Amino acid sequence: MNFHDTEHEASYRQKAINFLEQHAERKVIGQPGISSCLSPQALLKAAKEWQALKADHDFACISWSKEWGGPGGSAIESVIFAQEEQQFDIPEGIFQVSLGVCMPSIIKLGSEELKNRFVKPALRGEEIWCQLFSEPAAGSDLAGIRTRAESTSSGWVVNGQKVWTSNAHLSDFGLLLTRTDPTVVKHSGLTMFWVDMQTPGIEVRPINQISGQSGFNEVYFTDVKIPDSQRISDVGGGWKAALGTLATERLAIGGAKGADCRELVALASQLPCDTGTVLKDPQFRQKLADWYVNSEGINLTRMRALTTLSRGGTPGPEMSIAKLVMAEQLQQLCDYAMDLQAEFGIINSPDISEQAAVFQKGWLKAPGSRIAGGTDEILMNVIAERVLGMPGEIRVDKNRPFNELPVGI
Amino acid sequence: MDFDFTEDQKHLQQEARRFLSANCGTARVRQVLDEPDTPFDAELWTAMADLGWQGAILPEAYGGSGMGATDLCAIAEELGRAVNPTPFASSVYAFAEAVNLLGSEQQKSRILPHIASGHQIGCIATAEGAGRPDLECAFVDSSITGRKVPVTDGDVADWAIALANDSHGESLYLIELKRHGVSTSTLPTLDPTRSCAEIKFAGASAAPLGEAGSGKALLQKIHDRAAVFVAFEQLGGAEAALATAQDYAQQRYAFGRAIGSFQAVKHKLARIYVANQIARSNCYFGAWALESQSEELPRAAAAARIAATRAFQLAASEMIEIFGGIGTTWETDCHLFYRRAKQLSLFLGPINMWKERLAAEIEKQWAHADSHGGNL
Repeated sequence: MNFHDTEHEASYRQKAINFLEQHAERKVIGQPGISSCLSPQALLKAAKEWQALKADHDFACISWSKEWGGPGGSAIESVIFAQEEQQFDIPEGIFQVSLGVCMPSIIKLGSEELKNRFVKPALRGEEIWCQLFSEPAAGSDLAGIRTRAESTSSGWVVNGQKVWTSNAHLSDFGLLLTRTDPTVVKHSGLTMFWVDMQTPGIEVRPINQISGQSGFNEVYFTDVKIPDSQRISDVGGGWKAALGTLATERLAIGGAKGADCRELVALASQLPCDTGTVLKDPQFRQKLADWYVNSEGINLTRMRALTTLSRGGTPGPEMSIAKLVMAEQLQQLCDYAMDLQAEFGIINSPDISEQAAVFQKGWLKAPGSRIAGGTDEILMNVIAERVLGMPGEIRVDKNRPFNELPVGI
Repeated sequence: MDFDFTEDQKHLQQEARRFLSANCGTARVRQVLDEPDTPFDAELWTAMADLGWQGAILPEAYGGSGMGATDLCAIAEELGRAVNPTPFASSVYAFAEAVNLLGSEQQKSRILPHIASGHQIGCIATAEGAGRPDLECAFVDSSITGRKVPVTDGDVADWAIALANDSHGESLYLIELKRHGVSTSTLPTLDPTRSCAEIKFAGASAAPLGEAGSGKALLQKIHDRAAVFVAFEQLGGAEAALATAQDYAQQRYAFGRAIGSFQAVKHKLARIYVANQIARSNCYFGAWALESQSEELPRAAAAARIAATRAFQLAASEMIEIFGGIGTTWETDCHLFYRRAKQLSLFLGPINMWKERLAAEIEKQWAHADSHGGNL
């Protein structure tokens, strides 16, 4: 039982640190990073430059084979680099879907021609991809999508609406899940395509979130013409293709980032109360201990998954708990941190609020974190069914054609 | 990165599980539960000694096997899974570790071989009534006077370690219990599968253990070490409770379907799984800190203790809820876990004490890092 790198891992880690130290600055506690300081345009530019730089030094998509422009490294190398990279203040949040979700699917499902055309530019950050899956009436129940792709003599015509599409406004291309046959049961009537986001008939509208940010979009499709050559699953084989993509998504999203124990202790050590500072308040200390045990528990669980990787195995389901635990904790911890500030907690200004408003920000972000990448409830179903072997839900939609299912709002 | 049991440790654990499922099934645990005059399973205790478990990590010079702390953690998880009705936690995790850590050469060679062979049992006597009253036990004129209550396994033990006031302040003492000046009486508890007593000292002869006047700090050290092993027992108990609840949820039908197909039940089980994973990871860190003699042991032990206590208590109480009415009967095994979860949560001090201790360690850790301008 130890945390030591193998000799090879240690030398790889050193190589990563050398690269990072040469090209980036380390994060400083209590100071907002460049990802939250730059304008959206400047962040996009910086992110693309960083990605290209990583590609030049063999640190982009480390576990991808040389054939697809990666350095052909191991999964553990990829994790080691990510561990070190997160200590540095680099532009974040642009390529997660593109490289973590879409490209692995293209590599798995696409034709040789398609892969030759798209994988390398995506890896270098020159082109960005989005995932056009969720719809207003199909979130947790993704197979319930209604966006129609109808076959014509010259290909397909798509009509419908997607939603929660991260970075659609920045994306050049998208992976699109459609319904091609509503007369069969819902999982059988789906087909996947790739689409150029500049295709006539596609309209991207940003969604304003409660945090005031707009990371997501609605994407409308009106008579969008797509040639059959852009189909990347069998007709009716879209669900199977999508399942592979979703599995990668859960890995890519990981834990929820935001205020945690460190920030809470920083706040408490400065806040006055009857017993001196809040840090000395027994009730505070009991809560801190509980949250700390969770955070450490998740970090250490990651170490266990890494160990499996390091021993050449495939990590088990343990990491599925990370987002569930940390998103819920983000909400509760931020809420408590604002209570500690008394009336002052209501103020939401990076300049005036305690700890540069990190708790107010986390509190507004947390509801979304508990939903994105699988709601708390869906994640618990996944744990219960796939890990603990509980029987699946009794389904009322399983053996009926999609167009005969009851619909609500 | 090698943050898991080794293949050898996994093998040891499998062997332990095989042995305990043959020799410590719930029927055996129930014999101790149902017979008030049976304080523990002596036959099992002897069989465990034949395997060398009581002396697993004691040095060979004192009759032990000289294994590593993590090896004993692997065994402890299985002992917890089996809800073992023996004084193992008192005698091995607390008493033997304390003597080995603090004892003089003479004390170690006189006592430890008997503990390792299972012929004698040790315990740790800390509480003096409800809450946290001032220490009243006193060492005067080379003998000890006072009362310790409750003392887990105090009625079956041959030796106790107790904290007492003396001319140096508070110090630890070793006391032979089956001697003049000591009287023990068995007390009824929530978990009759473990024994418990009140011990009265009336001029009992006692020998100092460890540095005089440092009793409190040394006791904390003993608690830290024992807490890691106990956390593994709690983890094992939590895993067993989850597995039992899982089985039941798949076999029990209501409304024409297995109750495990209802989301309300699924989510209960998922919550237990999450708590168990968090406990397992914190326990592993505790094992690492113990084995590597890390300065981080106090923090690691407290975190493991808190996570494992939480997990076992959650699993044991939710298991009864999943069983429904039948889970509240004496005949089902649910209450074995429910009782043991509470017993282990109070042994070595309650959860709020450990949370306060963890908070103090967090404060130290980050105050230190911040003074060095450290990064996250």
